[in-house]
Formats: sequence, structure tokens, C-alpha cells
Amino acid sequence: MNYTDEFRDPVAAKGVLAAIENVVTELGATKEKPVHIMEVCGGHTHAIFRYGLDKLTPPGLEFIHGPGCPVCVLPMSRVDECVEIAEDPKVIFTTFGDAMRVPGTKKSLIQAKADGADIRMVYSPLDALELARRNPDREVVFFGLGFETTTPSTALTILQADADELTNFSIFCNHITVPPPIKALLDDPHMILDGFVGPGHVSMVIGTEPYEFIARDYGKPIVVAGFEPLDLLQSVLMVLEQIRDGRAEVENQYSRIVPNEGNPVSIAACEKVYQPRPTFEWRGLGEIDASGLRIRDRYRAYDAEVKFDIGYGRNNVFTAEQEGCACGDVMTGRIKPRACPQFGTGCTPEMPLGALMVSSEGACAAYYQYGGLDLEPAE
Amino acid sequence: MNQPTTQPRRVVADKVTMAHGGGGKAMRDLIEDVFTSVFCPPGMEDQARLMDPAIVVPGAKLAFTTDSFVVSPMEFPGGDIGKIAVCGTVNDLAVGGAKPLWLSAAFIIEEGVEISTLRRIAASMQSAADIAGVKIVTGDTKVVGKGSGDGVFITTSGVGVIDPSRDMLAENVQPGDVAIVNGVLGDHGAAILAARGDMALKTEIPSDCQSLNHLIEALLTAVPETRVARDATRGGLASALNEIADAAGVGIEIGEDVLPLRTEVKGVCEILGLDPLYLANEGTLVVFVPEDQADAAISAMKSVEAGLGAVVIGKATTKHPKTVVMRTLFGGLRIVDMLVGEQLPRIC
Amino acid sequence: MCLGIPGKITEISDPTRKLAMVDISGVQREVNIACIVGDEPLEALIGTWSLIHVGFAMSKIDEKEAALTLDVLRQLGEAQEEIEAMRASEEMLRATS
Repeated sequence: MNYTDEFRDPVAAKGVLAAIENVVTELGATKEKPVHIMEVCGGHTHAIFRYGLDKLTPPGLEFIHGPGCPVCVLPMSRVDECVEIAEDPKVIFTTFGDAMRVPGTKKSLIQAKADGADIRMVYSPLDALELARRNPDREVVFFGLGFETTTPSTALTILQADADELTNFSIFCNHITVPPPIKALLDDPHMILDGFVGPGHVSMVIGTEPYEFIARDYGKPIVVAGFEPLDLLQSVLMVLEQIRDGRAEVENQYSRIVPNEGNPVSIAACEKVYQPRPTFEWRGLGEIDASGLRIRDRYRAYDAEVKFDIGYGRNNVFTAEQEGCACGDVMTGRIKPRACPQFGTGCTPEMPLGALMVSSEGACAAYYQYGGLDLEPAE
Repeated sequence: MNQPTTQPRRVVADKVTMAHGGGGKAMRDLIEDVFTSVFCPPGMEDQARLMDPAIVVPGAKLAFTTDSFVVSPMEFPGGDIGKIAVCGTVNDLAVGGAKPLWLSAAFIIEEGVEISTLRRIAASMQSAADIAGVKIVTGDTKVVGKGSGDGVFITTSGVGVIDPSRDMLAENVQPGDVAIVNGVLGDHGAAILAARGDMALKTEIPSDCQSLNHLIEALLTAVPETRVARDATRGGLASALNEIADAAGVGIEIGEDVLPLRTEVKGVCEILGLDPLYLANEGTLVVFVPEDQADAAISAMKSVEAGLGAVVIGKATTKHPKTVVMRTLFGGLRIVDMLVGEQLPRIC
Repeated sequence: MCLGIPGKITEISDPTRKLAMVDISGVQREVNIACIVGDEPLEALIGTWSLIHVGFAMSKIDEKEAALTLDVLRQLGEAQEEIEAMRASEEMLRATS
């Protein structure tokens, strides 16, 4: 077993798809009146389109693409701050690849790199730490973005830096958490969601308990899902069965990787290193309470916001959305990407207006790249 | 350039300096010792004067192409910048149906590059030229100050002859034509990513860098009706297919289940969130042949080493014209678009 | 924040810093194993599979659970094949009657 290929088996997929078809029919859902299931996580959005799952599932099932794409919800002012830090000649600015193309108000990181800033793509914060060790005369900053899947790795890196007593390494912390925006969506009076496919890798860190409020307080089912196509299909089936049976529970489809109690080492490291911010700005969603993390004072030596006097806590600069940008509406499921007036015209992957077109998990980029069109098979 | 003296000229330094670009003795020694003694160009005038009987065949056309090579790192598993510079230009000629004949090689060398590196690159180029059956007949050398270059940049231009019977064009592709690749996809892109070291991935994936002219020759001999050949270099197979679809005004459908991929390349792509369809290749091409010639095409390709992995991957269709579509492992269809910008590793 | 891939631990490269070499489809990478270390000695992790994300082994893969999940999926697949086979034979009978 390599735990990947087995969960891509097309034969098993047929079975799950047939079962999904049955339940959708039982529910009486049609293209005009579909069941709405939100996949929260950008990685799930990407997988749905990459495998064409939206076209294989019946028209009575509609996927609503949620805000679980940390690159997409990054406000432009954060990008501007990254560029500002990176343009300091002493700084080596390190970041994950997908953040490089997000436009700021003046430029993206990739443009700043072209203009001469030392910006380097890394696969892991540990690689940034290694850069700091190898370049003692430079200040290495790592752009810490992402949901709870990634918060432990940044935290553990800070703890390692602390143990090594490094003085030239810091994190520009923009980590965010999943439950608050889900709550914000559920509180929206226009919300039309019937159930959720929950983020699998966030859950391997935080467990399944943080989603209880969705079932208990809002009566919606949520199934924590893996990322292979069979995982997604099975999770969708489980959500549909809950809706059919009138249940609202938290279920764990990804049990081979998600322990219900989460990962104790990760949770402890995060507790040690971070504290929640009272509010945090989300692009397209505004400010959401207790949804962002900042580094505790104990580790201020590794906090770029302190070192560079920058960041959400310091200068609350809110950048207004670009004229015509409807990222917020798409992200909350109010409209589909193609309904945005800019889609494919004023906003394309080459010249993106908003982040949903830049990041490959963004719903718009996925639609644009993989095609929400009806494709006919070759003769 | 002067006539070579009876004593072969030797470079004394072990690193390239600005003097080697100055046009004086140091430069002359560098050129002779490192390049011309290896490439053995015919005559030593400023220009190469060349003849081949194929040129004067009535109806024959000259094929002429140029390409610059700036790959970093310069040396990597499976090849180096010199090998790509030769094979890349040979392949550009060959996919047009030309018999590649002569190459020029212009070098822009950054101050500080080791002479031993240049020797390895030159040897590699000559070896690649020998395998392809072409000659490097002229060239140029410039040296730029430290920081103004990045190791060695090479520009190769190539001349070939297209026999009057040959007419390979993307526009020729018709619905029903079958798409065939000669081997696994993405090796070069993955090899370079791994060799760069930014991602700290340990793997021995070798670049697929090789010349494809003998392969194309074998194919065209067996299947003269071959519509088009395209090497899948930057932008990968996806870009090559999109160019063909656009030029021919056809749709193209490929099957994910038949795409040949090395396991390690799949691994690199999974780890970094990359799509192998967009990874560069330097020895992999896609050809379109009429449906009834598909078997003959595969046999012909497999008779040559560069074609041992030949396999049908899809076909041209009347559906979704100018769009490339892939049937996923699941039977779902998704678009395979042109690459936008650079493919960046994902975290999500 | 999702891109994780299963990988197999092949050796412990630095016990103090809790680093191990992991193999993913023939590609090796050094990863931090702090999240998956329990009471057992580090060597016990060699040969086990974990979910790898940005240079960290984040969670051990539970083989039993994986097998259970696959079982359910396969049954759905087999059930579907049976249904299709039944349908095909029914149609054949109807066609010949």
C-alpha cells in the first residue's frame, strides 16, 4: 500500500458515485434545486476540479467553494508588508511558492524579486531556518501563512530557533484558524449551505471536536475528508446520507490520518508559541474575531512584527478591494466564479484582480484552469 | 581567427577572467584550447563555408533555428547546459522535418567560471553533436564581469535541410489523428528542480536530454504522413499540445491513465503540488499521425533508442476545438490549459 | 493548507533534533518527526508511514483504519459492479425474450 493509489481506484469510484446518485435522487434534489455542500478547504477545491468530480457527481449536488485557501484570504496590505520587509537589503525573505504571485497594492512578491529584493521560495520553514544558520550576517524572515495544518510547523521551527539561540531569524506570522470563518458563514442570513466537507489536514492537527458547534448549534452535518478523490466522494456520500436521515453530526472519513483528538505535540507547540489575536482581517470576509494567531511575547525575538514594527497589530491599514473585484462574494458561496463580471475578462490568471484567480486553489483559478464548462468526450 | 599553429594553444589560467574576453592572446588561447580543438570546425575563417548535396535538391528548403540556454545549475544528472544546447537546437530542426547539419555555438561566460567546467561542457557538446550526426562549425565567445551573467549562457543556431517530400505542420492535424509520445514525461523539469537544491529533495532523476532527429527520421520513413512533431520543452507537454490545438483548430483529448511517468517524478510532483504536464522535457516529443498509421508509427519509434517508450496518449477531435482536455483517472474530463507564468510549488 | 503526502520513514538522521529521512515514491527528504514521536524509541518509527507536510511528519497513518476505509469503498465498488452485471443480464434477457 502506498496510501495514495488505493484511494484513486476508478472502480471503487463508480460504486460511490452510484450511491451518491441514489441519495441525491432520494432527496429529490435537482439542478434547479440542488443540495449545497461546501468544501471548506482550498486543497479540496483543487482536488474536485483536478479529478473532474464536479462533473461526475449528479447535477442535484452543488459544491460551494469555501474560504479555506489561506493565500486567497490574504489581505493586500499583508502582501505590501511582506514586500516592505523583503526590500530591506539585509533581509532574505522566504515564503511558500503560492504566496509569490498574490498582488499587493503596488506589487507582488514575484515582482519585488524582479526588482531586486532577495526573496526565496522554500518548501519548509526548516529550510528558512537553515538559511539563517548559513547566513549569520543576514536577517532571514519566513512568511508564516496558512491554517492549522501549517501552524505547528512554524511553531516547532520557532522552538528550534529558540533552542539554537539564533538571533537572525524571525517569522512574519499571518496564521489563521478554520472554525471562525465557518461560524461567520453560518451566521450569514443569506447562507444556503446544507452540509460541509471538512478540512482533512487541519483536522489531523486540531481533531474533530472544534467542529461540534456546526452540528450542535447550526444543525448542519460535517464530514472530515481526505484529499484523494475516493476520500472526497465517500465524504460527500456521508454528508448526503446525514441530510437524508435528518442527522447533524461530526464524522471522520479521514480516520487513517485524523485522530479524533488531534495531534498532542502540535497542539502543545501551538499553545506554547501563539496566542489568538482579538480580530484579524480576511480578504473578502472583513474582520473575524479570534481568527488569527500572533507570536507570544516569550518568543518576541522571532516575531518579525516586533523586529520590523509592522503587521496587522501595528498599523491597521485596510486596503479596499479593487474596483469590480467580487472575491468576497465568490468565497462565501454567494456567487459562482463565472457570475463575477470580471471573470476571464478583467481578471485572469495572467492579470489577476483578486487572489482567487492567483492561487491555484482559488475557486476562480480552478474554474479557469480546469474548466467549469461542459466538455464533450472525443468520438 | 588565425590559422592554428603547429603547437596547440593552451590556456594557462584555471578560471576565466576578463582578459579571456579581450580579443587578444588570452582569448585566442581559450577559444582554441577549450572549443575549436574539440569541435574541429572546417577552416578557421570568421564564417563557416558549407555545402551538402541535400541543399541543392530541387524543392528542398533550408531550416534555420536559434535558441539560448541559461539553465541553472549548469551540470545536473543526465546532462549539462552544453548537451541541452546541442540537442535542443538539433531537435528544433528535426521536428520541422529537417535533417540537422550544422550548429553555431556562442558563449557568454561569467568571469570566474572554472576552465575545467568549460572543458566538460565543450566535451559534452561534441559528444552530443557526434550522436546527432551534426557539426559545430562556428561560434563566438564573450566574457562578462562577475554578477553580469550566471555561469555560462549558450546560444546555438542550427541549419538543416528539409527534403521536398516533407511537410510537417501543426495545421495538418485533423480530428481522428492519434497523439504519440516517445517516453516518460517531466524528467528534465524534475531533475533541474531537484538539482537546484532549494527544496532539499534527494533523488537521482536524470534529465531526459537527448537528440531526437534519428527518431523522427525513422518515424517519417515508416509513416511519411506524420502530421506534426513537437518537442515538449518549456511549458511541458501541455504547452506543446495547446500550440498544436490552436494552430490546427482541433480539440485534443489525452488520457491521464496512459501518460507515462517515472515514479520519482510523480513523487516530486506530489510533494510540491506540481503538475507533470507542465514540467519541461529535453528529449521528449509528441507526434500526431493518422489513426490507421498509429501501429506503424509506434513500431518505427521503438526501433530507435529514443523511442523505446513510445505510447499513444490521446487524439485530436472535433469536440472543444482549440482546447486540450484530459480524461482523468476517473473518467471525468478537465481542461489542460497553457501554463501561466511559472509553475510554483503549492503548500495547499 | 492541505498539501500533504504519505511517506515512509527510512532512517533517523538526527535523533537530537528529531529529524528523519522519508521516502516518497523514491524521492528522499529530511523531515522533522517531533509530531509523531511517542514513548517508543525513534528507531521504532523506521518503516512506518506518516503524512508529510512542509518538511514535517504530522500524523502517523493508521494502517487498520486505512484498510477499513478501503474495505467500505471496495464494497461500494463491488456492489456497483454487481448491480451493473445484473442490469446487463436483465437487458440481455429482455432483448432475447
